[in-house]
Parts: sequence; structure tokens; C-alpha cells
Amino acid sequence: MWGDFSAEMIKLLKRPANWLLLAVALLLALLFTYVIPYAGYKGGTGGPTAGRGLADVLPANLVGNSIGGLPVFLGAIMVILGVLSVGGEYGWNTWKTVLAQRPSRLSVYAGKIAVLMVAALTVVLAMFVTGLAASLVIASVENQSLALPSAKDLVVGVGAGWLLAGMWTSFGVLLAVLLRGVALALGLGLVWLLAVQNLLALLAAPLLDWIAQAQKGLPGPNAGSLAAALGSGSDTPGVDALVGGGQAAIVLTAYLLGFLIVGAVELRRRDIL
Amino acid sequence: MEPIVTRGLTKRYGELAAVADLDLNVRAGEVYGFLGPNGAGKTTTLRMLLGLIRPTAGEIRLYGRPPGELRDVGALIEGPAFYPYLSGRDNLRVMARHARVSDRRVDVVLDMVDLTGRSHDRYANYSLGMKQRLGVAAALLKDPRLLILDEPTNGLDPAGMADMRAMVRQLGADGRTVLISSHLLGEVEQICDRVGVLAHGCLVSEGTVSDLRGTADLRVVATPLDKAAAYARDLLGADAVSLADGGLRLTVAPERAAEINASLVSAGLRVSEVRMVERDLEQAFFELTGGESRVG
Ligand SMILES: Nc1ncnc2c1ncn2[C@@H]1O[C@H](COP(=O)(O)OP(=O)(O)O)[C@@H](O)[C@H]1O
Ligand SMILES: [Mg+2]
Repeated sequence: MWGDFSAEMIKLLKRPANWLLLAVALLLALLFTYVIPYAGYKGGTGGPTAGRGLADVLPANLVGNSIGGLPVFLGAIMVILGVLSVGGEYGWNTWKTVLAQRPSRLSVYAGKIAVLMVAALTVVLAMFVTGLAASLVIASVENQSLALPSAKDLVVGVGAGWLLAGMWTSFGVLLAVLLRGVALALGLGLVWLLAVQNLLALLAAPLLDWIAQAQKGLPGPNAGSLAAALGSGSDTPGVDALVGGGQAAIVLTAYLLGFLIVGAVELRRRDIL
Repeated sequence: MEPIVTRGLTKRYGELAAVADLDLNVRAGEVYGFLGPNGAGKTTTLRMLLGLIRPTAGEIRLYGRPPGELRDVGALIEGPAFYPYLSGRDNLRVMARHARVSDRRVDVVLDMVDLTGRSHDRYANYSLGMKQRLGVAAALLKDPRLLILDEPTNGLDPAGMADMRAMVRQLGADGRTVLISSHLLGEVEQICDRVGVLAHGCLVSEGTVSDLRGTADLRVVATPLDKAAAYARDLLGADAVSLADGGLRLTVAPERAAEINASLVSAGLRVSEVRMVERDLEQAFFELTGGESRVG
């Protein structure tokens, strides 16, 4: 298990695509959470939300700002990470090379998941750190309060972010196992996350009550509810308090475990071609 | 304990039996040639040995154990497969960790396949020959007692093939058991102790290369030919004598050449040629496998 973990760590750290994903995630988060709202506050067109601009980007909002992207666009990045990690083994036919070395499928899988969860935590921490830096810079320039959320709120925030990031990563893992590759898994995962979820929330749910109810059981709306409960702005895509934060956390944990278990069963069961 | 034993091993894909009721025995210390034209079921068999695919029916024992642990087994199945973004060395480091062997083995196996000089290049930039050798290196990481190589010369140029053969022969000489598959008999006959020939998923022949070849024949040219033929039929029986290319073809042990020569001469015939002719191996292979491969 330790051997498989450290093997997976080499694969993760030395893969340029993963660093690119991290860079894109940080860049997008900085841009849409801090740079654009602050620029709007400084010299924008004075739209309906311009007035709130400054308060939103201060250190006090660090938790909500750091996990606000996870329901949709950061979630998409985590799906990509999960798909690449597992789908690559199918795409390059490397499962056979790895499994001929002796480890059991489940032990390689466990090593992969452990490394991906470390990566998910790292992404979340990176969000908090860059967000902290950006908000401190803005607060100092604007002579605003440098006060941070309480330590407890920060820990809960990082934990919630980790749960969200881990859940989407496992979603990617499961898709790659089911579809035995990268391309289709990536495509379908992103279509679900970026298109279908939005259509359900914006188009279908207002029309049909049963869809509005069923939505409350889906991963995306629960992710949005958890982020909302921890202070993410409701104008962030996907952030919407449909259910309580506690319930959302339980549902998301169930999804995380469910994705991982179904992935494990399928990987063990099916032929490696 | 025999390295590989299978009994009734079968894999069906729908209607197609890719491997049918296969009984394979690979003995300790031998280099076993696993032969068959493309699509015969070689790779499917080897994948089952490694536990990559599940047999539809039948049993497998590797050193008496069911497949799975693969403690004493190293394998290269159907072409090398590695992470293109890693160097050859990093690829082996990854595999060494999966195999739970120390990083020191990486240097050893790189040296064995003569890749040390290029080990820091990205795998994506390797030539096919280098990729194949890296595949063999990965199979050697565990210093396995049994090495399974599935068509390791596929796609190599003649020099690469010769290198690969020399390497396999060396590995076999080190006391390892080697199973090497190929669709070309001529390519592995010099290095194999025994061969098994697979066609349509069934083992159609198993034995040493000379078993497969059958006994060599004697070619005799003597005049007058009709008298010589009649005399040879009296001597050896009608079945053992046939006319070919203006001479006689005698199905007898080659050691009898001198004796037969002497008796033809003493019968007053003039003998101008006596020599051993080998049966064309590729022809034998071609016939065994139902004439489906265009080998040679
Ligand atoms: N996953 C699969 N699904 C369907 N047929 C397969 C599959 N894998 C192999 N086959 C078929 O099984 C037969 C044996 O294939 P294979 O073992 O690869 O042959 P070889 O390695 O001897 O060239 C072929 O007819 C091939 O088309
Ligand atoms: Mg094959």
C-alpha cells in the first residue's frame, strides 16, 4: 500500500497537466473572486452588486470566497484531475504494466485515491493561501479591517472544501473506471457539471416540483448548499442554499464514499484489456 | 513446482472462443516458445495467466498458486506501456514501487537492457526498440523466476530482433524460466528448448523444435535413378522412398547416410549426392496452424 501510494505520488507530481490544472484553478479563483470584483468596485459601471464589492473581498470572507468555486468551476477542475489520474491508466494501457508488478487492483486503487485526496486538500489549501494573500493586499490598500475568520471557521472551511474537492475528484475517478478511458469520461463529466446541473436548476426545477425536490439529492446542489452555508456569495454560480449545511455535508460524504466504492467494485470485477 | 500449468483454460468472447480448453505445461528452467499466428489466442492466454482477464473456464497454477500474487513472475504483455511524460528511469521507479522492490533494482535492470545512457529521456521520445527494452526491464524488476514476454520483437528491425533474442537467450541461460510468444517460428526456434503451437485457441502441437520439425530426410542422387529407387524401396520400405527433384527423398534417420550410400554403391549404382535435408520449419508451422498465417 505504501509502495503504491509513493508510486502514485510520482505519477501525480511529475505530470505537467496536473500543475497546469492547479495554475488554472488558482488563476480563475483569483480573477473571479478578487480581481474582477475589486476592479468593479474601483471603477466599474456601478451595476447592482458594485456596492458590495469591497466587503466581499476582505479577509473576513476568506472561507466563503475560498470554497465558493467548488460547486461548479473548481469542481470541474477536480473532475478533470480524477479522470486524468485513472483514465490515463486505461488510455496508455499502463494498468497491465502496473498490475504485472504484483500489487492487487484494490491496493493500487487505494494508493491512487489516497494521493488524489492529498491533492484535493492541497488545492483547497492553495485556494485559502492565495485568497488570504489577495484579501490582505486589498484590505491594506483600502485601509480596511485585516481581521480573519476564527480558527474554528477556517478549519471547518478547509474541511468542507476538502469534502467538496474530494467528492468531485471521486466522481471523475468513477467516470474513468466506468468508461475505461479519458476522453468520454471527461466529456460526460463536464457536460453534467457545467450544463446539465444548470439546466436542472435554472430551467427544469422552476417548472416541475418533483425535479426541484429531486435536485436536493444531487451532488451539485448539495455542494452549492454547503458552500452557501459557509458564506459563499449566492451570486457565485451553483451556490444556493437549497438544503442546510449539515445535511449537505452528510449527502456529499455519502456521494464521496459511494463513488469510490462503486469504482473499486467495477475496477476489481472487469477485465483489463 | 512447475512454473506454469493450465488445465482446460478457456476464454470466450460471445461466440468466439479466443482460448479453448488449453492445457499448458511450462517446466522450470526452460525457454518455452509460445507460437501461433496473429489472433491465435496467445495474448489472451497470457493475460489470463497474469489475472488481467478472467477465464471463462479452467484452472491456472503459477508455481502451484492461483494467479494474483505474481511474486515470482515478471511479464511484458502485448507491447510496452508506460507513462509518456516520465523518463524511462522514472517509469521504472514507479513500477519498482508498485513491485515493492528497492530503487537499486532500477539501475540494475536499466543496465541489463542497455538503456542506462538514455534513462533520463522522456519515454515518449524513445524508439520502439527502446520501449520494448524498457518493457523487458520492467518485467525484470522483481528478479522473477518466471519471465513472460509476449511478442517482444514485434515491430523491431532485424538488428533489434537479434539483440532481443540474445537478451532472452542470456536470461534463459541465467536459470530463469522464460515463456516467449511469437507469430514467427523462425524467430524463436534457436532460443527455445520447447515450443507449443497455438491455432484458433487450441494447442495443436507441443514439443522440442526438432519434434516439430520431424526427422530430417536424406536426399540421394544416383544413376540409374529407377534402379536406385527400386533398390531403396527394397531396403527401406516403399513408404520411406519418394522421387523429388531428379533424386530420391528417403525418410530415414540421417545417421544411416553412410550405410545407405555404401549399399547403393555395392549394388552397382553410381551415387553422386547424399545429404540431409531439413523439413521446412515454417512450412510445418504453416500446416499445423491451418495455413492461416503467411509466415516465413
Ligand atoms: N476483448 C476482446 N473482445 C473480443 N474479442 C477479443 C478480445 N480480445 C481478443 N479477442 C479475440 O480473441 C482472439 C485472440 O486474440 P489474441 O489473444 O490477442 O491473439 P494473439 O495474441 O495470438 O494474436 C482474436 O480473434 C481476437 O480478435
Ligand atoms: Mg498478441
